[in-house]
Parts: sequence; C-alpha cells; structure tokens
Amino acid sequence: MLSYIIRRLLLLPIILLGVTFLIFCLFSLLSPMERLATYVHDPATLKNPQSVQRLIDKYHLDDPFPLGYINWIKRIIHFDLGWSQTANQPVWEAITQRFPATLELVLYSIIPVVLVGIWLGVISAVHHNDMLDQTIRVTAIVGWSLPTFIFGLLILFIFYGILEWFPPGRLSTWAQNILYTSPDFRSYTHLITIDALLNGNIPMFLDALRHLIAPILTLSYISWAELLRITRSSMLDTLRKDYIRTARAKGVDEHTVIHLHARKNALIPVVTVAGMQIIGMLGGVVITETIFNYPGLGFWVASSAQQLDYSSVISFALLFATLMVLGNLIVDISYALIDPRVRLE
Amino acid sequence: MNRTLKKLFSNTASLIGIILLFIFVIIALFAPLIAPPLTDDSYQIPRMSWEVNPQPPGFPMSEDIRAIYDYMGVEVRYDKAIFGTAEGGYDIFYGLIWGTRTAFRVGLITVIISVLIGILVGSFSGYFGGWLDEILMRITDIFLSFPFLVAAMVLTTILGRGLDKVMIALIAFGWMGYARLIRGSILATKEETYVTAAKALGVKDVKIIGKHLLPNTIFPVMVQATMNIGSMVITAAALSFLGVGAPVGYADWGQMVSFARNWIIGAPGHAGQYWYTVFYPGIFIVLFVLAWNLVGDTLRDILDPRLRGEL
Repeated sequence: MLSYIIRRLLLLPIILLGVTFLIFCLFSLLSPMERLATYVHDPATLKNPQSVQRLIDKYHLDDPFPLGYINWIKRIIHFDLGWSQTANQPVWEAITQRFPATLELVLYSIIPVVLVGIWLGVISAVHHNDMLDQTIRVTAIVGWSLPTFIFGLLILFIFYGILEWFPPGRLSTWAQNILYTSPDFRSYTHLITIDALLNGNIPMFLDALRHLIAPILTLSYISWAELLRITRSSMLDTLRKDYIRTARAKGVDEHTVIHLHARKNALIPVVTVAGMQIIGMLGGVVITETIFNYPGLGFWVASSAQQLDYSSVISFALLFATLMVLGNLIVDISYALIDPRVRLE
Repeated sequence: MNRTLKKLFSNTASLIGIILLFIFVIIALFAPLIAPPLTDDSYQIPRMSWEVNPQPPGFPMSEDIRAIYDYMGVEVRYDKAIFGTAEGGYDIFYGLIWGTRTAFRVGLITVIISVLIGILVGSFSGYFGGWLDEILMRITDIFLSFPFLVAAMVLTTILGRGLDKVMIALIAFGWMGYARLIRGSILATKEETYVTAAKALGVKDVKIIGKHLLPNTIFPVMVQATMNIGSMVITAAALSFLGVGAPVGYADWGQMVSFARNWIIGAPGHAGQYWYTVFYPGIFIVLFVLAWNLVGDTLRDILDPRLRGEL
C-alpha cells in the first residue's frame, strides 16, 4: 500500500515534466514573432526591429530547443507566464483573479453529480429491465448525446429567455456594487456565496445562487448520466454475487440486502468514476462559462482562443493539466484506501 | 457475427439507431440533390440575405442576392430558406444538409486514425513489454493529463482555423483510450498456449500480433470506436461553437449553433423569437450522436459475456 503511494508520488514529477514538455512543443509550433507577442504589453514595440531583437534576446527565443525549454521552465516556476492581451494584465494575475469563480461553479456541481447519479443508478439496477430502468437508461443515453453547448443554450432559452428565472453572469448589478464598492463587505474566500454568508448578507447569497443554478445544471448533467451508467452496471454485477444470494437465502429483507450488502461494494468502482467525472468537468467549464457569460477561467480562455492570445491559452492548458494530474493522483490513492483488494496488491 | 447483427436489429434501441444512421447516410449521399449548391465550393453555405438578424423559416432569397447569381449566370434552383436563416443570412437548411457530410467525415476519419494509432502503440507496448512499454505508457499518461476539449482547443488555436486542423487536434488527443484497451487485452492473452506455440514455430512477431492477438480485442475496440464517433463530432462542433473550429460560413453543425448563440434569448418582449436558429441544428446533432450511442450501447451489452442471454 505504502509502496503504491510512493510509486505514484515518484511518478508525479515525471508526468508533470512530460506535460510541460508537450506544451512547450505546442508553443514551439508558433513562429518566434508570435511567441514574442505573448510577452509584450504594447504592440508598438513589435514595429521597431531593434527592440524586437532586444526582446528576442531577453526572452531567449532564438535559443536551440533544449535551452529554450529550460529557460521557459525557469520563467514558469517564477509564475512569469507572459502577458494576456485579452485580460490586459499579466497571465498569472488574470488566472488568480478568475480562479475562485470557476472553483465555486465546480464545487457546487459536484453535489448533484454524486447524489443524483448514484441514487438513480442504484434504482435503475434494482429495477433491472422493467419500465423504470428503461426510462432512466434511455434518459441517460439521450442526456449523453446532448452536447453541452446545445443543452446550455436550451437552459438559457427556457430559464432566462422565457421564464426569466436564472440570469447569466455571476451577480446582479446591485450585488456587484456591494461587492466592489461597499467598505463593509469583506471578501474572505472570493467564493461569493460563502463570502455573502460570512458577511450575513442573505439577499446577496440568494442572488449568487440564482446565477449559479443554470451553469451548474449545464456543467453537471453529462456527469450524472455517466455516473448513473457505471453505478447501474456495477450494482447489477454485485447483485449477482454469491454472497447476495446467501443473504437472500437466509431471509434478510430486500431493503437490507440492497442498501447494506450490495450498495457498499457496488460503489467501490463508482468512486473512481465519480472522481474522474469531477475532474472531467474541468473541460466543461469552457463551454458552460461561455454560454452563461460567467466570469471565470473558461470564459476568459474561450475569448483568448478566439483572439489568438496564445500566452493565455497555453497557460490555461498548463494549469488545467496540472489540476487534472493532481486530481487523478488523489482519486487513485483514495481508491487504494477504499478497496482492500487493491491495497493488498 | 451473425448473432450480433441479429441482436442489433431485434433490439428496439439499436434498431432506432440503425434507422437514424441510415437516414443520415442518405442525406449525406444525396446532399447535392436535396440542397443544390449555388457555387463551386459546395461546403460554403449560401446567404439568403445580407440581414444580420436571423430570418424565419420559409424566408425567400432576397432580390439583391438573386441579382448577383443572375449576373454570375448561376441558375438558382433553390431559393427558399426552409428552416430560416442564421445570423448573417446563412441558410440553415443548406448548412445542415451539407453539414451531415462534414459530420461523417470528421467522425469517421478521426476515429479510424485514432484506432490505428491506438493499435500501433497498444500492441507494441503490450507485446514487447519492458522499457518500451514503460515509455509508451508514460507518454499515454501525459496525453491523458489534458481535458480533451481543452487540449483540442489549444492545439486548434495554435494550428489555426480550419476543419483539417480540428481533425488533427482531435486525433492527437483521441488515441489513448484505444492504446490502453489494446495493451490490456494483449497482456491478458500473450501468455496463452497458442501464442507460445506460434512463437515456438518461429512465426514473426508482427504476424502473431496481427493474427493471434489483435482479433481478441476487436469487439471492445469496436464498441468504444462506435461510441466515440458521436463524441468526436460533439467536440468538433464545440470547437466551432467556441469560434476556433471551421471557418465562418463552412457547412458545419457546430457553427450553425454558434450562429444561434447571440440570438437565443430573442428581442425584448419577443422571447423565443429565433427558436429555429438553435432548434434545427440541435435536432441534427443530437440525433446523429444519439444514433451512434444507441448502436454502441447495445453492442456493448451484446458483446459483454456476463450479460449474455439476458437481453
């Protein structure tokens, strides 16, 4: 067990190094001029050949590949990720400013994924092949076939266009005024719902929640569908095991068999998938935030991609790959902790 | 194989999937008859007007655009936007019909090439093992460290706009699942007696892999490939939706949805006025992906020996 964790931890730097190398390879596909543009604040400096040469020297853009890679890594370690034209500020600043919004969205999206996905999956398996199971299953496949950007637009259309319940953005104007101008309001976590509660501002909390519901739905529904499928098949597998038959034979009532004997074991593989789904939502934030004008990392990177703001796009890839690697590590280790069979290997 | 086909056709869900796919194939094959192109570049969606606002279904081609075609000596065999027009007067019906070809092309090409790369990496890794396995699998891990959509978006942004660039990006980050699947299956079977026997007889490694080992993995790979065609098409469409995919005016479903983005809410007081801009493209994408998923889902159940006899 310990050796497994140590092996995973030793692999971590290798994977991260590989990730940075791959990103640097992508970065090298750009011309030196385009690469230079990622460090420059003022486009006017690029018109003067002398200053261009000076900048190329300063950022070591003429270096051979291995040397260029080492210098690039050095800058990243010092959080010098270049200049974001889209945000009009250094990339690292842009990231730290937008990260809490995205974190808040993802954190809230975990709740429906885990609860609804697992709950429906167990129900579906217990009622294997009857109407309820078929309905849940078909809904899941249809949900899985519905791309996020269409689902999101539909949600926007229904709940904002027609019903006007859930507006886009992150806060209404009155709440933004409090957040940014009121001297009494203190931001502790930069997660608006939590800050609002800590400041005792209930209307602001409700307003933030109202803005979150539609993006949460959009971001999480694909993950429910997937988790439901896995829970269902894992539960079906477990219900066929001998020890379940034994339990039934000795007269344990069906409720106890399903909820106490079967579900616990069936959920072991589900834990991994749930973790992977939660990590997978990282990719979904780009589309979701774009649809709902939600001012997080995804919204920013989508507009950066359209405007060919390479430094932002590449730093975003670096950040999300790092988060994903760490997330996978946590999932794997927790899986080993939960499942005694993995522990023994 | 016959049993599999029979089950595919007798299961309601997969039958619906097969029928839908058949309809899409017909649409793609007969696109020139269903929506006759007006210019040489048949993938360029014709504009029905210069209006920025979407126009409702049944909107006729505007006089000034017709005048241009008359001037060019093009016979206008098709002059009504049956499904309405998207932002900028682009005809939705035309875009969807020709977009079917785009969808098939993107889905099939990306999946087939990804499977081939997966076979190559997976079989070498599993069969030869040792340091080669270690290196190939770590490379796979590195490619798997990126969220798929994010990776595809970054690569497309760097390579530049265009459908070919989108496909390169999708393939570059789409092969890893197959490689792992094939490696696992080869690891499980390479110690079997028949493989040892083939080795003892001096059969070449490549032949052992191709003839004795790969056929065992063909079904799981087929299931995964079928289900992935849908998700490849979705991701390509998502890239177009984000504005980094196909060039403006190219017949591509994602682009049609992207045209709808700014209009979905409707003018104040006229909520839902432009419903057709997202409704028709949405139906096409969902049905296409659903068809592949229905077939793939049933295939998986049929080929899963544990569930045999229960369907």
